[in-house]
Amino acid sequence: MTKEIFVVGYDGIDTAVVDYAIKCAGKIDASLLIVHVLEWSPFAFLTPEEIESRHAKRSEELARAEKAVMRPMLDRAVAAGVEASGAVRFGAAVSILCDIAKEKNAEQMFVGRTGETPLKARVFGSVAVGLAQASPVPIVIVP
Amino acid sequence: MAIQPGLRRSGAVTLAALAAFMATPAHAGSIDETINSYISAITGPFVSFIFSPFPGTTFPWIVLWLILAATVFTLYFGFIQVRAFRHSLSLVRGDYDNPNDAGEVSHFQALATALSGTVGLGNIAGVAVAISIGGPGATFWMILAGLSGMATKFTECTLGVKYRNEYADGTVSGGPMYYLSKGLAERGLGGLGRFLAVIFAVFCMMGALGAGNMFQANQVHAQLVNVTGGVGTSFLDGKGWLTGLVMAALVFAVIIGGIKSIARVTEKIVPLMALIYLAAGLVILIMHADMIPWAFGRIIDGAFTGLGVAGGVVGALIQGFKRAAFSNEAGLGSAAIAHAAVRTNEPITEGFVSLLEPFIDTVVICTMTALVIIITGVLQTDPATGLYVWNADAGRIATEGNLTGVELTSAAFGSVFSWFPYVLALSVVLFAFSTMISWSYYGVKAWTYLFGEETAGAFRIIFCIFVIIGAAMNLSAVIDFADASVFAMALANVIGLYLLMPVVKRELNSYLARLKSGEIKKHNV
Repeated sequence: MTKEIFVVGYDGIDTAVVDYAIKCAGKIDASLLIVHVLEWSPFAFLTPEEIESRHAKRSEELARAEKAVMRPMLDRAVAAGVEASGAVRFGAAVSILCDIAKEKNAEQMFVGRTGETPLKARVFGSVAVGLAQASPVPIVIVP
Repeated sequence: MAIQPGLRRSGAVTLAALAAFMATPAHAGSIDETINSYISAITGPFVSFIFSPFPGTTFPWIVLWLILAATVFTLYFGFIQVRAFRHSLSLVRGDYDNPNDAGEVSHFQALATALSGTVGLGNIAGVAVAISIGGPGATFWMILAGLSGMATKFTECTLGVKYRNEYADGTVSGGPMYYLSKGLAERGLGGLGRFLAVIFAVFCMMGALGAGNMFQANQVHAQLVNVTGGVGTSFLDGKGWLTGLVMAALVFAVIIGGIKSIARVTEKIVPLMALIYLAAGLVILIMHADMIPWAFGRIIDGAFTGLGVAGGVVGALIQGFKRAAFSNEAGLGSAAIAHAAVRTNEPITEGFVSLLEPFIDTVVICTMTALVIIITGVLQTDPATGLYVWNADAGRIATEGNLTGVELTSAAFGSVFSWFPYVLALSVVLFAFSTMISWSYYGVKAWTYLFGEETAGAFRIIFCIFVIIGAAMNLSAVIDFADASVFAMALANVIGLYLLMPVVKRELNSYLARLKSGEIKKHNV
């Protein structure tokens, strides 16, 4: 039987959610899929110079996220004896996390509660609240 | 050809102010006029060459050149602007975007950026100029030019992507210079290609400095004078160099200083302004919904009878076509530079997306401006005959206060919403600013093609200096030079498009076949 998959939404700051997911996965020998989303809208406006350098910048952003954000978390999971893989994606966090959970047939999903500033969260809603409403799988919100 | 002589003076809200202005001798030796006389002396022969009539007619040959090109491409690609319209919208919506490419420039962004370079003063000031000189009939020819120009834009933007240069650091340089030199070399015409590419690059640099810079700076100054009291009373009157200095500092901060925050603020506000402008226009049209059929009647009558306009049908046609070309830039090759920067596996998709630009710019926004001007009745008509009253001295239709350009559009909108001139003044400043930023990029690309990638900084500095010159100059000299330099770009570009159109046809046929077979499919369903 294949291992259960836990999807972890990691914003690059809130390591508590990763630690908690490692702890839970360790108990039942599940594997983690840590997802880091770089906020990106295909409808935002760019100057001609930004368009020209976008491809180079995208590669740079991906490489940096893999190295500075994803690597330390994967190492942390491995150190705890939990199998883990990572994904860095561009787009809107809520819809990407939902898509990945569906695609990978995840058992559950872990996200942190913090992230946005309180004002921004009040006006636009936070990723945690958005996922609570839209997630296709059970969701754990880690304080 | 003097398109709008003395427009700067028309800012006078009342005749009294105009008289006071004329009576002030201090203006005679101002910095403005000194700069103006030097520049006019240099640019005069170039302007008269570009706008010289086709032998045996009164029709400027360069306008015929663009009409012919748009017609040829429309027929050659089998009315691509109609056939591909829905698919183009679908591409812009992102239906065909591969989710794995998220984070790359989307079709929407490419379109929005290219549009921010074209939507601007041409849609506000240019349309008013065209109608006041050519009458409402100019609108008909403007729409026709916009619709046929879609095919030209499709051709040039496809080629812009196909023949761009990609560098090791991931950046790209593209545009007519590159498809002329590389594309024609493929056809064994390398010498001609390089020659045309250099010609284009030289004209593009001048177009960037003229239409993309001086014209914009000048209109900003005119508008600022207008809202701060008008000619004669405004503290800014006669101080174009001051407006120019401030704008030059802002442009400098963005294109040389790399201060993205200014560009970002503009990018957020410009679409908002465009929406406010469209919304205000729509509200006026809805309020006068009963007059819309009449307005279209005037447009069609004017297109074929002239309605008392001195230039008659030909005048309307020339004005309509000129303003359409000036506004949507189809055939000039500028959009090809903007679209070339987009990363895509299918050059033709940028062609599809770009064909929406003349539609949005000319067929939607320009037509709306025209309808508002016609419906609000700011152009004076003779109640007995229904014909327009011709002001022979000014060479255009008479209006209260003798307005044209931005002021005429401002008066038309202001007759319904009294606060609108202030919003319009702000829009003009922001549109001009975003157009300048776009054109500085086109100019840099032309410059670096000629002098190498490492010399871009030199052009950016020249660009900033021209902002000051543009604001300080009398408009008639600026707009003539702006028009001439922009049209001159079409000279080399269109020859290249004719020679390379079979390449676009191959791309088109291959793409359509794969679309039909389902090899190219929607990702978002």
